[in-house]
Amino acid sequence: MADTTTPTPTAVIDTSKKKRHWPPELNALIGLIGIAIIFEVLAWIVRDQSFFGNVTRLKIMILQVSIIGIIAVGVTQVIISGGIDLSSGAIVGATAMISMSFAQVGSYPKAVFADLGWVDLPVIIPIVVGLACGMFAGLINGVLIAYTKIPPFIATLGMMVSARGVAKWWTTGKPVSFPTDSFALLGKGMTPVFIFLVIAVLFYLILKYTVYGKHTYAIGSNEDAARMSGINVERHKVLVYTIAGALAGLAALVLSARGLTAQAGMGVMYELDAIAMSVIGGVSLSGGRGSIVGTAIGMVIFGVIISGFTFLRVDAFYQEMIKGAIIVGAVAADVYRQKRHAIEA
Amino acid sequence: MSEVVLKTEGLTKHYGGVHALEDANFELLQGEHVAIMGDNGAGKSTFVRQITGVEQRTRGTVTFFGDEVNFAGPLDAREAGIETVFQTLALADDLDVPDNIFLGREKTLFNLGPFSILDYRGMREATLEGLKKTAVKIPNIKNKIRNMSGGQRQCVAIARTATFHSKLTIMDEPTAALGVQETEQVENIIRALKAAGEPLILISHNMRQVFDLVDRIIVFRRGRIVANLNKDETDGQDVVAYITGAKTGAEYEGAA
Repeated sequence: MADTTTPTPTAVIDTSKKKRHWPPELNALIGLIGIAIIFEVLAWIVRDQSFFGNVTRLKIMILQVSIIGIIAVGVTQVIISGGIDLSSGAIVGATAMISMSFAQVGSYPKAVFADLGWVDLPVIIPIVVGLACGMFAGLINGVLIAYTKIPPFIATLGMMVSARGVAKWWTTGKPVSFPTDSFALLGKGMTPVFIFLVIAVLFYLILKYTVYGKHTYAIGSNEDAARMSGINVERHKVLVYTIAGALAGLAALVLSARGLTAQAGMGVMYELDAIAMSVIGGVSLSGGRGSIVGTAIGMVIFGVIISGFTFLRVDAFYQEMIKGAIIVGAVAADVYRQKRHAIEA
Repeated sequence: MSEVVLKTEGLTKHYGGVHALEDANFELLQGEHVAIMGDNGAGKSTFVRQITGVEQRTRGTVTFFGDEVNFAGPLDAREAGIETVFQTLALADDLDVPDNIFLGREKTLFNLGPFSILDYRGMREATLEGLKKTAVKIPNIKNKIRNMSGGQRQCVAIARTATFHSKLTIMDEPTAALGVQETEQVENIIRALKAAGEPLILISHNMRQVFDLVDRIIVFRRGRIVANLNKDETDGQDVVAYITGAKTGAEYEGAA
């Protein structure tokens, strides 16, 4: 062996141009504050009272979005891994129908509602069934995307249509109602918000501090690099979509428990709301960037907008139009950020 | 005679009917720096891919420190101690320096399968040590790769080798996309590896660089090794003659 003293640092790299990097979550937070101020001002002008001064209203506001928020957590990690999931809303519908039929009480009006004969089961059964349904749908998404190389957009679009079909086929279109009291607890009061918080904190930690999270970012950032580094990209993608499916299943449980019923049309357009929450929160549609914190902020922004418009007595039609514009605006901001990064690099 | 680090015998790779690599016999000694040269499509990168397990060879044997090896993938090769800096930088833009260096083999605190907890501190310390060894200074290793220059990126890719105490470093055109100053930084790292007695295989088109840095030059042409030259016994014109096919090494007559 030759001389092994530490060589003198000859390759000093110039990083004099230190730039401040503005995290996208901060943009979202500033957006949230801006929107909040606008609605508060409008509330005083239009209704002559405070919008945020009412605790009950704030509770309802968060409650409304927290179920979609659970889906958005799953969708966020899918988008970070460089994919997209359009099937989560339909998975909610199918899972709600299937799991609710395992959660019914024995004494319900059988003339109106579907009778599947499984009644008065312990609450754990519909919960396990619901999560398993979601996971199964997600697993199919993941396997299709990872191993057949079908683009995520198409694979999950197919799942969206098929899962909606399953939801209708399960009871030939009839709603399933009258859950047991213990099942109904899942959606009672502020429980959905609590479940969202637990899920959000859990996945925040997972994405930031575990190998799973690191690999999710790596795959979204540069899939070839991830593969060359020895990451089993295919297996990881399957896991990512399976988790997204499981979270959609969880959202279905909470949603149907809250409404005390399941219908085949449940969760329509939830996938787009969930994607919008992520993107508004700074998750980049091209993958590799974003966080659960951002998605949570995006969720609150969504809540403020929906509740705010309702409070200002804006018609639901206008609400939808404006929501669409906000989604496009958030994606436009993401594209702009990408471009700026490309120029800087 | 020093220890043989890497030896290939009859290494062959066919892609369908294309004979990308034919019967390559190669030997690398401890502490030796060898350059692989040749025209585009001559088989240089193919040769490296067979050694590092990125692809599975059609025929032939690879011996690493006396043991015959069959790497199932690049991670296997890495674990055995062969570290490769690929032509296309295998870096994830949105991750920082330690994340990239440890990508695919993260240090963990608790083993919970895919949900193992990352040992950020351990990775940070090992990264700083590795950077010190390669004489690379990156002031802020928490900076994302996206925000770095081409030279810095290349240095990060190379710093992997030092961090993992690899036994053999392979660089596939490490300076092809770099400016003059950045190229010099990378060359300094290579000199540092030489001073530390670490063996290296360098694929390069840059004649000046090759003559500056290595001990021996192997020339590939149309999938075959056509020359094995000592740097001191050859010159640029001579090497070009081998690359273009004007000359073929005596021991390789009839090969191409």
